[in-house]
Amino acid sequence: MLRGAFQNQAGEYTLAEVRKLFQGQYLNAYQTSVELSLLTAFLGGVFGLLLAYAALREGTPRFVRPALTTFSGVAANFGGVPLAFAWIATLGTVGVVTRLLNSAGLHLYDHGFSLFSFTGLAVVYLYFQIPLMILVIAPAIDGLRSEWREAASNLGASSWQYWRHVGLPVLLPSILGSMILLFGNAFSAYATAYSLTSGRVNLVPLLIGAVLTGNVLDDPHLGQALAFGMVVVMLLAIALYLPLQRRTARWVR
Amino acid sequence: MSRRPSLSALAWLLLGAAYFVVPLAATAEFSLKGGLSRYSFAAYSSFLDDPQFRETFWLSFKLALETIAISLVLFVPTVYYVHLKLPRLRPVMIALSLLPFVVPPVVLVVGLLGVYRGAPEWFIAKPEGFLVAGYVVLSFPFIYWSLDAGFRAIDVHTLTEASQSLGAGWRTTLARVILPNIRAAALAGAFLTLAVVMGEFTMANLALFNTFPVYINYIGETKAYPAAALSIVSFAITWIAMLGLLFVGRGRGRRVAQAESAVMT
Amino acid sequence: MAHVELRELRRTFGPVIALHGIDIALESGEFLSLLGPSGCGKTTALRLIAGFDRPDSGRILVDGKDMTRVPPSRRDMGMVFQAYSLFPNMSAEQNVEFGLRIRGLGRPERAAKVAELLELVGLGHAGKRYPHQLSGGMQQRVALARALAIEPRVLLLDEPLSALDAKVRVQLREEIRRIQLELGITTIYVTHDQEEALSISDRVAVLSQGRIEQIGTPVEIYGAPETPFVAEFIGTMNRLEATVTDPSTGEVDYGGTLLRVDVVRGRPAGEHVLVLVRPETIELEQGANGSAPNGSLAVEIVSHTFLGAVTRLRLSCPAGELTADVSTTRALAIPVGTQAHASFPPATARLLTLEQPASAARDQDGR
Repeated sequence: MLRGAFQNQAGEYTLAEVRKLFQGQYLNAYQTSVELSLLTAFLGGVFGLLLAYAALREGTPRFVRPALTTFSGVAANFGGVPLAFAWIATLGTVGVVTRLLNSAGLHLYDHGFSLFSFTGLAVVYLYFQIPLMILVIAPAIDGLRSEWREAASNLGASSWQYWRHVGLPVLLPSILGSMILLFGNAFSAYATAYSLTSGRVNLVPLLIGAVLTGNVLDDPHLGQALAFGMVVVMLLAIALYLPLQRRTARWVR
Repeated sequence: MSRRPSLSALAWLLLGAAYFVVPLAATAEFSLKGGLSRYSFAAYSSFLDDPQFRETFWLSFKLALETIAISLVLFVPTVYYVHLKLPRLRPVMIALSLLPFVVPPVVLVVGLLGVYRGAPEWFIAKPEGFLVAGYVVLSFPFIYWSLDAGFRAIDVHTLTEASQSLGAGWRTTLARVILPNIRAAALAGAFLTLAVVMGEFTMANLALFNTFPVYINYIGETKAYPAAALSIVSFAITWIAMLGLLFVGRGRGRRVAQAESAVMT
Repeated sequence: MAHVELRELRRTFGPVIALHGIDIALESGEFLSLLGPSGCGKTTALRLIAGFDRPDSGRILVDGKDMTRVPPSRRDMGMVFQAYSLFPNMSAEQNVEFGLRIRGLGRPERAAKVAELLELVGLGHAGKRYPHQLSGGMQQRVALARALAIEPRVLLLDEPLSALDAKVRVQLREEIRRIQLELGITTIYVTHDQEEALSISDRVAVLSQGRIEQIGTPVEIYGAPETPFVAEFIGTMNRLEATVTDPSTGEVDYGGTLLRVDVVRGRPAGEHVLVLVRPETIELEQGANGSAPNGSLAVEIVSHTFLGAVTRLRLSCPAGELTADVSTTRALAIPVGTQAHASFPPATARLLTLEQPASAARDQDGR
């Protein structure tokens, strides 16, 4: 694949294909993909953390944890048509929630919201981003020893002070690392975007799909170049992730 | 020694539950409507009779089983070996295990297509070879995390040394001593893999194979209500499988089960 | 510093009664140990005092004020946990100054206090290190410094030395006592190690199954156990089931031999009693079989266990088995198989009355 990215139709080696990536349509695709991935990574990270902590802290009924983790295991892999469908049935033009809000006076679609847009995709992506975050961050939350909480409290700290000085700093490497994971996950998502928008939102995986299946252009080398571009973005993500992982291992032991 | 349940925690959990349950409920409601004014199971029966439903479901399930089998055969000895002899390699394994998340399935297909251009005809034509190879890679993170947690929960060195001092060779040790103790971990990895394979669409579609998710997609393009019903069915089956695992794990011994929840977490 | 009182403190976990409504009162500046086997309720009691748990009933008073409903962050008590309590993302110094930061102290004052405390616990040079760079013993010293930094009214320690090596344990427990005496701070110390409790406490409370068996000075607990449990739990104790024969002289019949026990005087004749004799009070004289002088038992030495300075001997006689601790040099003269006469000073034995048949008196929760 690597070789193919640097070849053109005639089979000669050239940077032309890769350079094409920087042209309008393609660059825009990368931009949109990155934006969507960053957004859902951040939101997924925050909400995932909150949910994971809510489920794992002392005081929550014991059944919540296995229920949440098994559900997350399934939901993290839930995508494509089934997911698109579920959301169309919920927030689509005649979806359940849309109709509910309409009757309450809030006409979503009149105000410019559409499930089949960037925003809509973000909402849908969270459905598998949040569970992934939950799965990944839970061991780190488990690693927060109750002694730290109690010691902090004993020394006079309020809940907020504990989180600010101890809890969050200790969790931070894990959180950041997990968010990068979520970024990668969103960046590579194909099925869901395809089912929901059929290419209306310009994303790199969709573009590759279009190129490969010969819908738009029949230029496999462009497809390979696009894929190469994705790999570069991914490697950047991994390069950011690894040092953060190492920092995590230092404290949570 | 347990703290009181916090109101904000419960609030968040309820909110989360709402976000996740509502779309499923909406799909279920949709599937039961079938375009009529009253509820019926028509949508469900429509595909239950469809031979393609059974074929594609069975294909995906078979693929999942093969992926699981190959993954376990490949990775149990590997993870065991790493835990036993090469603990320094663990960070490397962890990094590797994250690659499948970040290397897009799309890229995988493109890459694999390139690799297989030279592979024999029978290997590519049947979905088993091509897809399973890809699925093994794709589910590697889940299998690895599960096995890793399982191995961490048992004292690998002591068990191995005890077994060897009693005269057992490597194969016996692995089969009779190690495997039973990580059974719950292996099961966890297996079920997570099941979820992955039963939900994997991109690779199969781009490579033009007719697996269950591809079938759902096809139905979705033509018949809305059965597609909705299908989604519910596929979600439910996988979730039930996972909960089943949890009960199996619970019977197996608390320590291993706890390692499981650490993983499945 | 502070006068601490526990009144009828009770805590249950479902069907399990962790504390049966205990009462303890500490003087200001006193060092009290809560001693007992696992599951006796000592850690539960400590956590209730610290505020990490709420009692089902009963009250906790500090200097007369009711603390039962006060949250742990406002009780003004310093706690040292068993392990892992240092904040991993902060250096030793930062850990110690944490409580001061919360209280809003300025940087120079904090730095001064932190330096002073780290010196006090002997870690003046290690302030910049992180917990994972410190040994177990050093971590606990930092934990102690951190608890003391806020100048609490009460110091609570939950088995702080359990996770450490034997030598470090002995060293550290003496330092804890030294610091406690220097600061005069009221202290409650939980442990299952009786040597620890007996060596550094002003008073010891022995707990079993959620109840206080006895509270007293270490000498009292050791020398004058008041219940079968305490007698059994503290050190080794010989228990001789005997019957009172002559109340005026304090004579009892132990399996056919007449022994003199001062504390028996005045008890009704014919009463079944348990005579408690510490192994180190037993004297052994070599002698031929059968010719035991009055007041001593004819025994045979069955085994030697070398314990260093002392050797523990197992003695066998018709009425039962006894344990005697003699100096090792002495033990060398009386090898296994020797026939000897065992006796003990009449004033040193203690007494327990038996309300039930002797065989059923073990460890009953009858008190």
